[in-house]
Amino acid sequence: MSGLLPGFADPVLDAQSSFRAVLEAMSRPGRVQRLPRAPSPPAPLGAAAGAVLLALVDSATPLFIDAGADAVEWVRFHAGCPIVPGAGEAEFVLCTGTAPRLASLRQGTDEEPQGSATLILQVDALEEGTGWRLTGPGIEREHGLRVRGLPEGFLAEWKANGARFPRGVDVILCDGDRIAALPRSLRIEEG
Amino acid sequence: MYVAVKGGEAAIANAHSWLAEERRGDPSVPELSTGQIREQMTLAVDRVMAEGSCYDPGLAALAIKQARGDLIEAIFLLRAYRTTLPRFGASLPIDTGMMRVRRRVSATYKDLPGGQILGPTFDYTHRLLDFALAAEGHVPLPVPETDPGEDTACPRVTAMLADEGLMAPEQPSDAEPGDLTRTPLSYPAGRPLRLQNLARADEGFLLSMAYSTQRGYGNNHPFVGELRQGEVTVEILPPELGFPIEIGDITVTECQMVNQFNGSRTEPPQFTRGYGLVLGRTERRAMSMALVDRALRAEELGEEIAAPAQDEEFVLSHSDNVEATGFLEHLKLPHYVDFQSELEVVRAMRAAAAPAALREAAE
Amino acid sequence: MTTEGYNFAYLDEGTKRMIRRALLKAVAVPGHQVPFGSREMPLPYGWGTGGIQVTASVVGPDDVLKVIDQGADDTTNAVSIRRFFARVAPGLRTTERTAEATIIQTRHRIPETPLREGQVMVYQVPQPEPLFKLEPRRAETKRLHALADYGLMQVKLYEDIARHGRVGSSYDHPVMVGGRYLMAPSPIPSFDNPKMHLSPALQLFGAGRERRLYAVPPYTEVRSLDFDDHPFVPLRASGSCALCGADHTYLDEMVTDDRGGRLFVCSDTDYCGERQEQQAAERAA
Repeated sequence: MSGLLPGFADPVLDAQSSFRAVLEAMSRPGRVQRLPRAPSPPAPLGAAAGAVLLALVDSATPLFIDAGADAVEWVRFHAGCPIVPGAGEAEFVLCTGTAPRLASLRQGTDEEPQGSATLILQVDALEEGTGWRLTGPGIEREHGLRVRGLPEGFLAEWKANGARFPRGVDVILCDGDRIAALPRSLRIEEG
Repeated sequence: MYVAVKGGEAAIANAHSWLAEERRGDPSVPELSTGQIREQMTLAVDRVMAEGSCYDPGLAALAIKQARGDLIEAIFLLRAYRTTLPRFGASLPIDTGMMRVRRRVSATYKDLPGGQILGPTFDYTHRLLDFALAAEGHVPLPVPETDPGEDTACPRVTAMLADEGLMAPEQPSDAEPGDLTRTPLSYPAGRPLRLQNLARADEGFLLSMAYSTQRGYGNNHPFVGELRQGEVTVEILPPELGFPIEIGDITVTECQMVNQFNGSRTEPPQFTRGYGLVLGRTERRAMSMALVDRALRAEELGEEIAAPAQDEEFVLSHSDNVEATGFLEHLKLPHYVDFQSELEVVRAMRAAAAPAALREAAE
Repeated sequence: MTTEGYNFAYLDEGTKRMIRRALLKAVAVPGHQVPFGSREMPLPYGWGTGGIQVTASVVGPDDVLKVIDQGADDTTNAVSIRRFFARVAPGLRTTERTAEATIIQTRHRIPETPLREGQVMVYQVPQPEPLFKLEPRRAETKRLHALADYGLMQVKLYEDIARHGRVGSSYDHPVMVGGRYLMAPSPIPSFDNPKMHLSPALQLFGAGRERRLYAVPPYTEVRSLDFDDHPFVPLRASGSCALCGADHTYLDEMVTDDRGGRLFVCSDTDYCGERQEQQAAERAA
C-alpha cells in the first residue's frame, strides 16, 4: 500500500464541508460550488470527484467506477465501499470516461424514488451563467450552465429522465475541484 | 408592563441539581451501589438489558440507578449509549439446544427427555409479604446442588412433534436478516424483523397484546410447548481466522408455544409455533412474545386478520417504549403557538356562527 | 463547555453519511419522505431528535446555529438543544439573531425576519405523514403518494368547509410541493405557511421517531391546500404586540389576571427584541 494516496486530511470536517458543497449544488442546480478541502486522488480521478466519493460512499453503498485500478484501490481503502461490475447495480456511479446511459442506471420506484442511482460525472469544463437554461426547484428564475465533455444526446436523455419523475437519476458534475449538480427535478433547455 | 419569561438556562440547571438530590434521597441512608442493583434487582436489570438491546448487567444497573428505578428511563439511557458503540461484527446464531438449562417447563408433556426443571421461580410462592426480608442480614438457606449434566443437549418439544409430522416446519432461510436498529421498518416487515422488534418491545405492551389473543381477539389456542431458561455461549467468526471463537455466555429465556392449526387447502391439520427469545430471565416477555409472534403469523397461515394483535403494522409500530414515551411526554413541551392558532380558529368560527344564531333567535 | 469522547456533532461518521445521502435524495425529490435509519439520541423521541440528526449531519465549525421553539430562543427545549450542540460541536457559534444564523433549527415557527440564500432551515417534525389522520397505515399512504392520489385530503378539506365554513387546519396545514407531493409543513401555524413558498433558504425536515426526512429546495413552489372558492387564509390574533407594537407578526396570547385580562406579544422573540432596540435607538436620537 506504499503508493496509496491519502484521503481527506481531516476525515470528519473535510467530509462535512464537501457534503455541504454537494448539498448546496443539489439545492441550487447550475450554481458551481468549489470544494476547498478536497483530497488528491489518483488520476484520472479529480479532486472534486474524490471529495464527493469520500463524503458519500461507504460499506453500505455499492459503487461502480471506471477510473482504473489505482482509483478502485484508493476508494476501497478510504471508503470501504463494495465495488460492483455493472453500473446498473450501483447506488453511486462514477465515470471519468464515457457516461452510461441514464436509463441504464437504477431509477428507484414510484414508492421509493430515493432508491435511484447518483451519477458522478467528470467533465471537461463547467461554466456558470451561460449555455443551458435551467429552471425548476432551487432556481429563482433561470440559471445558466455550460458543460463541456458530456456524451452526445445527453439533453434528450435528461428529458426522458425528467419524464420518469419522481423516479430518475441525479447527476453531480465534477471539473477539477468544482462541482455542479443536476437533480432529477431540473428542466434543461438548450441555450 | 409585561416582561417575557426568561431564564430557561437557569431553570434547567436548577432542575438538574434538584433531580440529583432527589435521586440520592435521605443521605443518612447508605447509597445504593450498582453492584447491589446488579445482584439484587436482577429481574429489573434483565428487563433493561432486554428492552435496551444491550447485554451488560453492569451498565443496566447503572442506568437503573441513574433513572431512579424508572425502568423505561433506564432502557432509554442504555439505548442511547448503545447507538454510540462501534460494531465489530455479528455473532453466530446462538444454539438454545445447547443451553445450560436452569429452568425448563413443558405444559404439554408430563415427562420428557431432559426432564422438567422448576428452577428459581415465583410460580408457586404464596404472595405474602415476607417481613423477614425487611430485616437486613437475612441469608437464604443454600440450595442442595443437583448435577446439571455438562452441556447435554436438551431436545425440544417442538422437534419431537415435528418428528411425528405434527409440527408445521418453519421456512428455512440463509438470507442475512435486516437490522431494525439501522434500517427503518417498512411493511410487511417479515418474521425476522418482527421477532427483533418483539424481542425488545415494551413488556407491558407485549403482555396486553398477548393477553388479548387469549380472550378471543385473535385466533390463538396456545400451549407452552416449552419454556427454557439458562446460559448459552456466544461465538463470533472472525473472517481472518476462519473458525468460530467463544466470546462469552449470556442468559436467555426461550419460549415455544404450540398452537393448533386447522389446516388449509394445501396444509394438513397440524400444530404451528409461536416463538419467543429474549435476553435475561424475562419469562413473562418470552411467553408474551411467543403468543404475539403466532398471532402475527395470521396472514402467512391464511387466517382472517380481525384483531389488533394480528395487525403487523399496528403491533410493531407501537411496541417500542422509548419511542412511545418520548412522543407521549413531548406533550409537556410548550405548544402555545399551535394552541394560539386553534384559539383563533375557534373564535373565528364562533364569530361566523354568531350572527346566524342571532338571526334565528330573532325570527 | 464541550463534551469529550464524542465525534464532532455527536453522530458517528457512518450515520452522518447515511443521513447526508438521504438528504440529497430528499432535495432531488422535493416533498417526498425519505426513510432513514434514525438513531436513538440522548434526547427523547418527540423532542426534536429528527431535527437534531439533520442539523448534526449538516453542521460544521464555520456555521452559526440558531435554535427556536415556539418562535423563542429561550424556551427550555430550545435552550437544551442549543446547549447540546455547543457541547458536541467545538467551534460552532450559536446566535439568537435570525439574520446571523446559517442554520436555524426550529419547532413550530418560521422566523418573521425573511430568510435569505445561504441559510438552512431545519424543522423538527413529529408526524411527517400529512395523511395520517385519514389513513394511519404507512404501507397505504406510501402507495397514495406514489400515485399522487390525494383525494382523501380533498374530501377532508371539503368536509371542513361544509362543517366550519372554512378550510380547517389551524396548524400543520398540508401543502403541495412543486405541484407533486402533499407534505406536512410540521406543526407551524398556518400563518407561517406562505413563508415556505419560494423561500430563498433551503428547508430540511427531520422526523426521528417516524424515521423520515424530507426537503424543500430554495425557490420551490409550496401551496397550502385549498379550493378556488374557499382560498386558504392564514390566521393570526387580531392585535398588536404589547412590547414592540407589531401588528403583522404572529402573536402569543398572555393571560394577565383571572378577570379576563389578555395581552399579546410577538412569538418571535428575536424579531421583537430587534424592533424594540430600534425603537429605543430612534427615541434616543
